[in-house]
Amino acid sequence: MDYGHSERPAGARVLPTALKVLVAGGFGAGKTTLVGAVSESRPLRTEEVLTETGIGVDDLSGVERKNTTTVAMDFGRITISNDLVLYVFGTPGQDRFWFLWDELAVGALGAVVLADTRRLADCFPSIDYFEGRGTPFVVAVNCFEGARRFGLDEVRTALDLDPDVPLLLCDARQRESGRNVLITLLEHAMKTRDSRRRAAGGR
Amino acid sequence: MAGEDDPADEQWVDDHAGPVVRPYAVTRGRARPVTGSFDLISLVTATRTNAVEEAGLGPEHVAIVALTQRMQSVAEVAARLDLPVGTVRVLLGDLVARDLVRVQEPREPAGANDESIYEAVINGLRAL
Repeated sequence: MDYGHSERPAGARVLPTALKVLVAGGFGAGKTTLVGAVSESRPLRTEEVLTETGIGVDDLSGVERKNTTTVAMDFGRITISNDLVLYVFGTPGQDRFWFLWDELAVGALGAVVLADTRRLADCFPSIDYFEGRGTPFVVAVNCFEGARRFGLDEVRTALDLDPDVPLLLCDARQRESGRNVLITLLEHAMKTRDSRRRAAGGR
Repeated sequence: MAGEDDPADEQWVDDHAGPVVRPYAVTRGRARPVTGSFDLISLVTATRTNAVEEAGLGPEHVAIVALTQRMQSVAEVAARLDLPVGTVRVLLGDLVARDLVRVQEPREPAGANDESIYEAVINGLRAL
Protein backbone atom coordinates (compact mmCIF):
# COMPACT_ATOMS: atom_id res chain seq x y z
CA MET A 1 0.00 0.00 0.00
CA ASP A 2 1.40 3.32 -1.03
CA TYR A 3 0.89 6.61 0.65
CA GLY A 4 -2.42 7.93 -0.58
CA HIS A 5 -1.34 10.98 -2.46
CA SER A 6 2.26 10.68 -3.50
CA GLU A 7 1.93 12.92 -6.47
CA ARG A 8 4.90 15.00 -5.58
CA PRO A 9 6.91 16.28 -8.45
CA ALA A 10 9.63 13.98 -9.68
CA GLY A 11 12.95 14.72 -8.07
CA ALA A 12 11.42 16.17 -4.90
CA ARG A 13 13.49 15.27 -1.89
CA VAL A 14 12.21 12.92 0.78
CA LEU A 15 10.00 14.84 3.14
CA PRO A 16 11.39 15.01 6.64
CA THR A 17 9.51 13.05 9.25
CA ALA A 18 9.15 13.99 12.89
CA LEU A 19 8.16 11.34 15.39
CA LYS A 20 7.58 11.52 19.09
CA VAL A 21 7.54 9.40 22.17
CA LEU A 22 6.35 10.47 25.60
CA VAL A 23 7.87 10.13 29.03
CA ALA A 24 5.30 10.04 31.82
CA GLY A 25 5.32 9.25 35.50
CA GLY A 26 4.71 10.84 38.84
CA PHE A 27 6.22 14.07 40.06
CA GLY A 28 9.91 13.61 40.75
CA ALA A 29 10.11 10.24 38.99
CA GLY A 30 12.90 11.55 36.76
CA LYS A 31 11.07 12.47 33.56
CA THR A 32 13.13 15.52 32.72
CA THR A 33 16.31 13.69 33.73
CA LEU A 34 15.52 10.91 31.27
CA VAL A 35 14.60 13.38 28.52
CA GLY A 36 17.90 15.16 29.08
CA ALA A 37 19.92 11.95 29.17
CA VAL A 38 18.75 10.76 25.77
CA SER A 39 18.53 14.03 23.87
CA GLU A 40 21.33 15.51 21.82
CA SER A 41 21.36 18.78 23.72
CA ARG A 42 20.03 19.91 27.06
CA PRO A 43 16.27 19.56 27.37
CA LEU A 44 14.17 22.39 26.03
CA ARG A 45 11.06 23.72 27.66
CA THR A 46 7.89 24.87 25.98
CA GLU A 47 5.08 26.56 27.74
CA GLU A 48 1.40 26.58 27.03
CA VAL A 49 -0.51 29.46 28.51
CA LEU A 50 -3.97 28.25 29.38
CA THR A 51 -7.08 30.04 30.40
CA GLU A 52 -9.06 28.61 33.25
CA THR A 53 -11.91 27.52 31.07
CA GLY A 54 -9.55 25.03 29.49
CA ILE A 55 -8.59 23.39 32.75
CA GLY A 56 -10.31 20.50 34.45
CA VAL A 57 -12.62 21.78 37.13
CA ASP A 58 -11.87 19.24 39.79
CA ASP A 59 -8.74 20.70 41.30
CA LEU A 60 -7.81 24.29 40.84
CA SER A 61 -6.20 24.77 44.21
CA GLY A 62 -3.17 26.94 43.85
CA VAL A 63 -4.39 28.91 40.88
CA GLU A 64 -7.09 30.90 42.64
CA ARG A 65 -7.59 34.39 41.29
CA LYS A 66 -5.50 33.61 38.29
CA ASN A 67 -7.28 33.44 35.00
CA THR A 68 -4.38 31.99 33.11
CA THR A 69 -1.89 29.35 34.08
CA THR A 70 1.25 28.09 32.47
CA VAL A 71 2.03 24.44 31.85
CA ALA A 72 5.62 23.61 31.05
CA MET A 73 6.68 20.65 28.97
CA ASP A 74 10.26 19.52 28.76
CA PHE A 75 11.40 17.80 25.63
CA GLY A 76 14.47 16.77 23.75
CA ARG A 77 15.49 15.98 20.21
CA ILE A 78 17.30 13.00 18.76
CA THR A 79 18.26 13.46 15.13
CA ILE A 80 18.17 9.97 13.62
CA SER A 81 19.06 11.07 10.11
CA ASN A 82 18.69 14.09 7.84
CA ASP A 83 15.04 13.36 7.33
CA LEU A 84 14.09 11.61 10.56
CA VAL A 85 13.86 13.32 13.94
CA LEU A 86 12.61 11.77 17.16
CA TYR A 87 11.25 14.08 19.85
CA VAL A 88 10.97 12.94 23.44
CA PHE A 89 8.36 14.81 25.44
CA GLY A 90 7.99 14.76 29.19
CA THR A 91 4.29 14.92 29.98
CA PRO A 92 3.13 17.69 32.27
CA GLY A 93 3.08 16.19 35.73
CA GLN A 94 -0.18 17.65 36.87
CA ASP A 95 -2.95 15.17 36.34
CA ARG A 96 -5.49 17.89 35.66
CA PHE A 97 -3.89 18.67 32.31
CA TRP A 98 -5.23 15.56 30.64
CA PHE A 99 -6.29 17.48 27.57
CA LEU A 100 -2.65 18.44 27.03
CA TRP A 101 -1.74 14.79 27.32
CA ASP A 102 -4.30 14.13 24.61
CA GLU A 103 -2.57 16.60 22.35
CA LEU A 104 0.78 15.00 23.08
CA ALA A 105 -0.45 11.44 22.71
CA VAL A 106 -1.94 11.94 19.24
CA GLY A 107 0.51 10.40 16.81
CA ALA A 108 2.97 9.32 19.50
CA LEU A 109 4.76 6.07 18.75
CA GLY A 110 4.54 5.12 22.39
CA ALA A 111 5.28 6.13 25.95
CA VAL A 112 7.69 5.39 28.76
CA VAL A 113 6.12 5.36 32.21
CA LEU A 114 8.81 6.05 34.78
CA ALA A 115 8.17 4.43 38.12
CA ASP A 116 9.75 5.29 41.43
CA THR A 117 9.46 2.32 43.79
CA ARG A 118 9.23 4.69 46.76
CA ARG A 119 6.02 6.12 45.31
CA LEU A 120 4.79 3.44 43.02
CA ALA A 121 1.18 4.61 43.09
CA ASP A 122 2.23 7.90 41.44
CA CYS A 123 2.49 6.20 38.07
CA PHE A 124 -0.96 4.55 38.21
CA PRO A 125 -2.69 7.46 36.43
CA SER A 126 -0.15 7.33 33.58
CA ILE A 127 -0.58 3.59 33.15
CA ASP A 128 -4.36 3.93 33.21
CA TYR A 129 -4.16 6.72 30.67
CA PHE A 130 -2.05 4.85 28.13
CA GLU A 131 -3.98 1.61 28.62
CA GLY A 132 -7.20 3.50 28.03
CA ARG A 133 -5.90 5.17 24.88
CA GLY A 134 -4.25 2.06 23.53
CA THR A 135 -0.89 3.80 23.35
CA PRO A 136 1.94 1.23 23.50
CA PHE A 137 4.01 1.79 26.63
CA VAL A 138 6.77 0.31 28.73
CA VAL A 139 7.35 0.80 32.43
CA ALA A 140 10.88 1.74 33.45
CA VAL A 141 11.72 1.57 37.14
CA ASN A 142 14.12 4.39 37.85
CA CYS A 143 16.73 3.11 40.28
CA PHE A 144 17.22 5.98 42.65
CA GLU A 145 20.15 5.77 44.97
CA GLY A 146 19.04 4.76 48.38
CA ALA A 147 15.70 3.53 47.13
CA ARG A 148 14.79 0.08 48.28
CA ARG A 149 15.18 -2.31 45.37
CA PHE A 150 12.21 -4.44 44.59
CA GLY A 151 12.17 -7.39 42.29
CA LEU A 152 10.62 -6.68 38.91
CA ASP A 153 8.05 -9.40 39.62
CA GLU A 154 6.95 -7.59 42.74
CA VAL A 155 6.65 -4.32 40.83
CA ARG A 156 4.70 -5.97 38.04
CA THR A 157 2.26 -7.42 40.54
CA ALA A 158 1.94 -4.15 42.41
CA LEU A 159 1.21 -2.29 39.18
CA ASP A 160 -1.12 -5.02 37.94
CA LEU A 161 0.62 -4.78 34.59
CA ASP A 162 -0.49 -6.68 31.57
CA PRO A 163 2.04 -9.49 30.95
CA ASP A 164 2.76 -8.07 27.48
CA VAL A 165 3.93 -4.72 28.82
CA PRO A 166 7.72 -4.61 29.08
CA LEU A 167 9.02 -3.74 32.53
CA LEU A 168 12.67 -2.86 32.99
CA LEU A 169 15.08 -1.20 35.36
CA CYS A 170 16.81 1.99 34.32
CA ASP A 171 18.97 4.81 35.55
CA ALA A 172 17.36 7.92 34.11
CA ARG A 173 20.64 9.85 34.42
CA GLN A 174 22.53 7.51 32.12
CA ARG A 175 22.35 8.03 28.39
CA GLU A 176 23.00 4.36 27.67
CA SER A 177 20.26 3.27 30.04
CA GLY A 178 17.77 5.81 28.69
CA ARG A 179 18.53 4.79 25.15
CA ASN A 180 17.93 1.17 26.09
CA VAL A 181 14.51 2.14 27.47
CA LEU A 182 13.63 3.88 24.20
CA ILE A 183 14.75 0.91 22.11
CA THR A 184 12.64 -1.41 24.27
CA LEU A 185 9.70 0.93 23.76
CA LEU A 186 10.13 1.12 19.98
CA GLU A 187 10.42 -2.66 19.69
CA HIS A 188 7.31 -3.09 21.81
CA ALA A 189 5.43 -0.45 19.80
CA MET A 190 6.35 -2.18 16.56
CA LYS A 191 5.23 -5.55 17.89
CA THR A 192 1.98 -4.10 19.23
CA ARG A 193 1.24 -2.54 15.89
CA ASP A 194 1.90 -5.81 14.07
CA SER A 195 -0.34 -7.85 16.31
CA ARG A 196 -3.13 -5.28 16.08
CA ARG A 197 -2.94 -5.47 12.31
CA ARG A 198 -3.13 -9.22 12.40
CA ALA A 199 -6.07 -9.06 14.80
CA ALA A 200 -7.76 -6.67 12.41
CA GLY A 201 -7.56 -9.29 9.70
CA GLY A 202 -4.28 -8.42 8.07
CA ARG A 203 -4.32 -6.42 4.92
CA MET B 1 0.88 36.33 40.92
CA ALA B 2 3.80 34.15 39.98
CA GLY B 3 6.43 34.38 42.67
CA GLU B 4 10.17 34.58 42.51
CA ASP B 5 10.31 30.89 43.26
CA ASP B 6 8.97 30.07 39.84
CA PRO B 7 11.95 29.30 37.60
CA ALA B 8 9.81 29.38 34.48
CA ASP B 9 9.01 33.03 35.09
CA GLU B 10 12.60 33.91 35.74
CA GLN B 11 13.46 32.85 32.22
CA TRP B 12 11.60 35.87 30.97
CA VAL B 13 14.14 38.26 32.33
CA ASP B 14 17.40 36.65 31.30
CA ASP B 15 19.61 38.21 28.68
CA HIS B 16 18.16 36.42 25.70
CA ALA B 17 14.55 37.08 26.45
CA GLY B 18 14.51 40.65 25.21
CA PRO B 19 11.71 42.86 26.31
CA VAL B 20 9.18 41.36 28.65
CA VAL B 21 5.98 41.41 26.66
CA ARG B 22 2.73 39.67 27.43
CA PRO B 23 2.12 36.83 24.93
CA TYR B 24 -1.02 38.40 23.52
CA ALA B 25 0.83 41.64 22.85
CA VAL B 26 3.15 39.74 20.53
CA THR B 27 0.20 38.42 18.56
CA ARG B 28 -1.75 41.68 18.85
CA GLY B 29 -4.47 39.99 20.80
CA ARG B 30 -4.98 37.07 18.46
CA ALA B 31 -5.39 33.63 20.00
CA ARG B 32 -5.64 31.57 16.80
CA PRO B 33 -3.43 31.42 13.73
CA VAL B 34 -4.85 32.69 10.44
CA THR B 35 -3.97 29.38 8.85
CA GLY B 36 -2.72 25.93 9.87
CA SER B 37 -2.95 23.89 13.05
CA PHE B 38 0.73 23.39 13.88
CA ASP B 39 1.33 20.23 15.84
CA LEU B 40 4.13 20.49 18.41
CA ILE B 41 6.32 18.38 16.15
CA SER B 42 5.37 19.96 12.84
CA LEU B 43 8.66 20.85 11.20
CA VAL B 44 9.21 24.44 10.18
CA THR B 45 11.73 25.55 7.58
CA ALA B 46 12.26 29.11 6.39
CA THR B 47 11.84 29.68 2.66
CA ARG B 48 14.11 32.73 2.64
CA THR B 49 17.43 33.50 4.20
CA ASN B 50 15.96 36.40 6.10
CA ALA B 51 12.85 38.45 6.57
CA VAL B 52 12.72 42.15 7.27
CA GLU B 53 10.24 43.82 9.52
CA GLU B 54 7.48 45.05 7.34
CA ALA B 55 3.87 45.93 7.88
CA GLY B 56 2.30 43.16 9.91
CA LEU B 57 5.58 41.50 10.81
CA GLY B 58 7.16 41.99 14.21
CA PRO B 59 10.59 41.13 15.56
CA GLU B 60 9.32 37.72 16.64
CA HIS B 61 8.34 36.86 13.07
CA VAL B 62 11.79 37.86 11.89
CA ALA B 63 13.35 35.81 14.68
CA ILE B 64 11.41 32.71 13.60
CA VAL B 65 12.63 33.04 10.02
CA ALA B 66 16.20 33.36 11.29
CA LEU B 67 15.81 30.39 13.62
CA THR B 68 14.27 28.07 11.04
CA GLN B 69 17.09 28.33 8.55
CA ARG B 70 17.73 24.94 10.07
CA MET B 71 14.58 22.83 10.29
CA GLN B 72 12.96 23.02 13.71
CA SER B 73 9.79 21.72 15.26
CA VAL B 74 7.10 24.09 16.49
CA ALA B 75 8.02 23.08 20.05
CA GLU B 76 11.67 23.97 19.46
CA VAL B 77 10.79 27.34 17.99
CA ALA B 78 8.68 28.12 21.05
CA ALA B 79 11.37 26.95 23.46
CA ARG B 80 14.20 28.81 21.77
CA LEU B 81 12.27 32.05 21.48
CA ASP B 82 10.91 31.62 24.98
CA LEU B 83 7.36 32.18 23.82
CA PRO B 84 4.27 30.12 24.66
CA VAL B 85 3.36 27.55 22.02
CA GLY B 86 0.01 29.21 21.37
CA THR B 87 1.74 32.47 20.56
CA VAL B 88 4.18 30.78 18.22
CA ARG B 89 1.31 29.08 16.38
CA VAL B 90 -0.24 32.47 15.66
CA LEU B 91 3.07 33.87 14.42
CA LEU B 92 3.66 30.81 12.23
CA GLY B 93 0.22 31.24 10.70
CA ASP B 94 1.24 34.74 9.64
CA LEU B 95 4.49 33.46 8.17
CA VAL B 96 2.82 30.62 6.27
CA ALA B 97 0.28 33.08 4.86
CA ARG B 98 3.19 35.16 3.56
CA ASP B 99 5.03 32.10 2.31
CA LEU B 100 8.02 32.85 4.51
CA VAL B 101 8.13 29.41 6.11
CA ARG B 102 7.16 25.92 5.01
CA VAL B 103 5.56 23.55 7.50
CA GLN B 104 5.72 19.78 7.31
CA GLU B 105 2.93 18.24 9.38
CA PRO B 106 3.84 14.98 11.11
CA ARG B 107 2.79 11.78 9.49
CA GLU B 108 0.47 9.52 11.45
CA PRO B 109 2.69 6.50 12.14
CA ALA B 110 -0.23 4.17 12.78
CA GLY B 111 -1.75 5.10 9.45
CA ALA B 112 1.34 4.64 7.37
CA ASN B 113 2.18 1.16 6.32
CA ASP B 114 5.72 1.78 7.28
CA GLU B 115 7.61 -0.78 9.26
CA SER B 116 10.80 0.83 8.12
CA ILE B 117 10.19 3.93 10.22
CA TYR B 118 10.29 1.89 13.42
CA GLU B 119 13.34 0.02 12.25
CA ALA B 120 15.08 3.23 11.25
CA VAL B 121 14.47 4.73 14.68
CA ILE B 122 15.62 1.59 16.50
CA ASN B 123 18.76 1.35 14.38
CA GLY B 124 19.38 5.05 14.78
CA LEU B 125 19.13 4.78 18.56
CA ARG B 126 21.48 1.80 18.61
CA ALA B 127 24.00 3.75 16.59
CA LEU B 128 23.99 6.74 18.95
